[in-house]
Amino acid sequence: MTDRHTVQIDGVAVVVEAGATILDACRAGGVDVPTLCYLETLTPANACRLCSVEVEGSRTLVPACSRIAEDGMVVHTGSDRVRHARRMILEFLGAAVDLTTAPELLEAMAAYGADPSRYGAGGGSPRSSAVVDNDLYVRDLDKCVLCYRCVEACGDDAQHTYAITIADRGAGARVATEFDVALPDSACVFCGNCVAVCPTGALMVRTEFDMRAAGTWHEDVQTVTRTVCGYCGVGCNLDVHVQDGAIVKVTSPFDHDVTSGNLCIKGRFGWTHVRAGVDGS
Amino acid sequence: MDIRLPAAVATDDERRAVDRILGPPTTGWEGGERRRVDGHVATGGHAARARRHLLLPVLHALQDDIGWISDGAVGYVCERLVVPAAEVYGVATFYGLLSVAEAPPVAIHLCDDIVCRTAGAKELFTALADTVGPEGSSDGSRTWHRSNCLGQCDAAPAAFVQAAGEGRRTVIRADLDRLAAAPTDDREPAYAVIGDPVLTARFGAADPGDLDAYRASGGYVALRRALEIGPDAVVAIVEASGLRGRGGAAFPTGRKWRAVADTEAAERLVVCNADESEPGTFKDRMLMERDPFAVVEGLTIAGHATGATKGFIYVRGEYPDAENRLVAAIEEAEAAGLLGDDVLGSGFPFHIELRRGAGAYICGEETALFESIEGFRGEPRAKPPYPTTDGLFGRPTAVNNVETLAAAVAIVAEVPGAANTKLFCVSGHVEAPGVVEAPFGVTVRELLTVAGSARPPQAVLFGGAAGRFLAPAELDVPLGYEPPSPPLGSGAVVAFGPGVDMDDVVQRIAEFFRDESCGQCVPCREGTVRQDEALRRLVAGSDERGLIDEIARVMRDASICGLGQTAAEAVTSAIALGLVGGAR
Repeated sequence: MTDRHTVQIDGVAVVVEAGATILDACRAGGVDVPTLCYLETLTPANACRLCSVEVEGSRTLVPACSRIAEDGMVVHTGSDRVRHARRMILEFLGAAVDLTTAPELLEAMAAYGADPSRYGAGGGSPRSSAVVDNDLYVRDLDKCVLCYRCVEACGDDAQHTYAITIADRGAGARVATEFDVALPDSACVFCGNCVAVCPTGALMVRTEFDMRAAGTWHEDVQTVTRTVCGYCGVGCNLDVHVQDGAIVKVTSPFDHDVTSGNLCIKGRFGWTHVRAGVDGS
Repeated sequence: MDIRLPAAVATDDERRAVDRILGPPTTGWEGGERRRVDGHVATGGHAARARRHLLLPVLHALQDDIGWISDGAVGYVCERLVVPAAEVYGVATFYGLLSVAEAPPVAIHLCDDIVCRTAGAKELFTALADTVGPEGSSDGSRTWHRSNCLGQCDAAPAAFVQAAGEGRRTVIRADLDRLAAAPTDDREPAYAVIGDPVLTARFGAADPGDLDAYRASGGYVALRRALEIGPDAVVAIVEASGLRGRGGAAFPTGRKWRAVADTEAAERLVVCNADESEPGTFKDRMLMERDPFAVVEGLTIAGHATGATKGFIYVRGEYPDAENRLVAAIEEAEAAGLLGDDVLGSGFPFHIELRRGAGAYICGEETALFESIEGFRGEPRAKPPYPTTDGLFGRPTAVNNVETLAAAVAIVAEVPGAANTKLFCVSGHVEAPGVVEAPFGVTVRELLTVAGSARPPQAVLFGGAAGRFLAPAELDVPLGYEPPSPPLGSGAVVAFGPGVDMDDVVQRIAEFFRDESCGQCVPCREGTVRQDEALRRLVAGSDERGLIDEIARVMRDASICGLGQTAAEAVTSAIALGLVGGAR
């Protein structure tokens, strides 16, 4: 067994370390493969199938994010089958989910010529509207694509709190707490690591949600300043998002060794005191 | 793991139900009496979490005894198994036979699938709605739900009844009176044979509860031979026989056994997939009910051949009679030394554990079945890695269908014709619906004739809902594993006579997949819904063939598992044959 594998990506040989995925190989070869449920810091959930590629010899398409590249594999990322699958997946999501706060998906839909209007009004999986049951973040299941990222971040991949799960099945599947209790009554510790990984804004910090509702959320004028959290000695990096002289959101860089994008309730939400007394709050 | 428990507290009855499976709690850490020492010594942890696989049996116990699963009961389950409440809820809501909403003691699941709905089920719905109330409502003692195929197509219409504290029962040829009172019938097996019987040889001839009768009719000859010639020779025999999986995927059984046997793993497992749920299919149920020792012997041989010392039988939750037969057979085999630490004095240890499904078609998919046994939602895994290297509990695992194991027994016992026989399930508009055992090469027309198809059917669905409708010329094609034979699927043959509303039938198939998709991957979760909607528009007069084809392509190409990959087969074949939507 060799330590390096050579994979053909769209006719170009790419050499990757053993254990690398097809997605790794594509990225190493400079080939763009769209992803949705995949995130570097999480276990591939394999759920969205947007990264499907064609591997010669395989009956079905394969998910690039989780399939380990094998020596001699011949991969096609732009074949008719691949483009059809991606277009349909994007259409399905566009028809069933509110993607207004998922600009990357909207761009991908345009790029693949996805037309969600073909499915008519109504129908699709049943969804519900935004749940505002606490001061820190909001859940809008109408925007949920069921990528499993939040469940993974709450569970084995980051927080180990296990406050949320996928409940029910099929078209009725949804992210839920036990018996759908409100978040403050669940095991949730409000670290917001689920919010950090949500690709569509189905999970959104309260400030952003309220400002968007009021029409005052303007990402283009926000500045992002990297600093180190002062609450304890761990040394988590913070990205402080500031608009009009006020902190509006705090995140953490996914590529930071200490946090991998995760924070605790203090780091992510404990900043309201910064403006205390300044604007009368 | 630090688990936050729901505020509600379990009742004594609920605790008793859970303790029935887990035994009484021994420390305050797992929900028992808090002892002085518990303040100093923590117990549970890994040991408790290693019992996660008992989650589904515990949920079954609550459903069986109480009739539903309350938040208090979930809290106690969390304490006992150290499983987070949200995960327990996620698992419980995945399965059709578990209720997390307060429910009356009796739940009637009335089959609404393609065979039963053309055999009186629809009239029964009306009657139930009149007496009990609308679907899902309660009259204080009963509630009722429509169900997907219950695997009783030889005695349609069928129902499955869960009665809290009293057990579960199947009602065949259901009507209101029989739903209220009928005990489980000890019915005669409905079957026929073309050629010599192999798999059905004991049907009606040997008492399925009698081990001596099984042995007197050739039983356990195969296991003795296997122990004599050794695992390698057994695998070679099965390989040479050409036996292929009878569950639908038709994978060569010998190759599967060889792959598991060749692994280096210290522990390997064998699983009997008895979660038969394909609409129109009931052969495995009949085998388990009529010849349960053959299933037990087959799994023992598979264990011996692959080097596994433990086997699981995952039996469909809607099959109480089959389950009871298997439980009794396992007990008898243990008592007779045919299972246990030293099978037949050979030094080979083998144990079988029976697990019950809880109402999810997807759990017949082998990796979903693993997830279900392990105590998780029955969502299929990505393959590779394959079960033969990373299966149940991460161990190399050989999964075989009930009929496959029964055939393997006959093959190892050198029964003539053993490798060349197949069970078909003929139902719908035929005189004598039932299992037909026939050699490969038989045609669908011959199967229909044996089952007494008086009039030529207007359509035949072959292989189950995941199979397809046959063109008239295909009725005379010799059946086998190679083209031009249509894929055998589960071996279901459902005939629809003149006068059947095929629009209704095909829409019901689309509804089936919409209902049974696990919801994990986008192509299947959304595709099955959009296929269903587009089909309804097509039936109403709109030309949706192009869209349905496009949906079919993405489901076939990009779904995680076989459910999504085959969810469009029947629908697209019906459209291609002009069976649906008038003459479009």
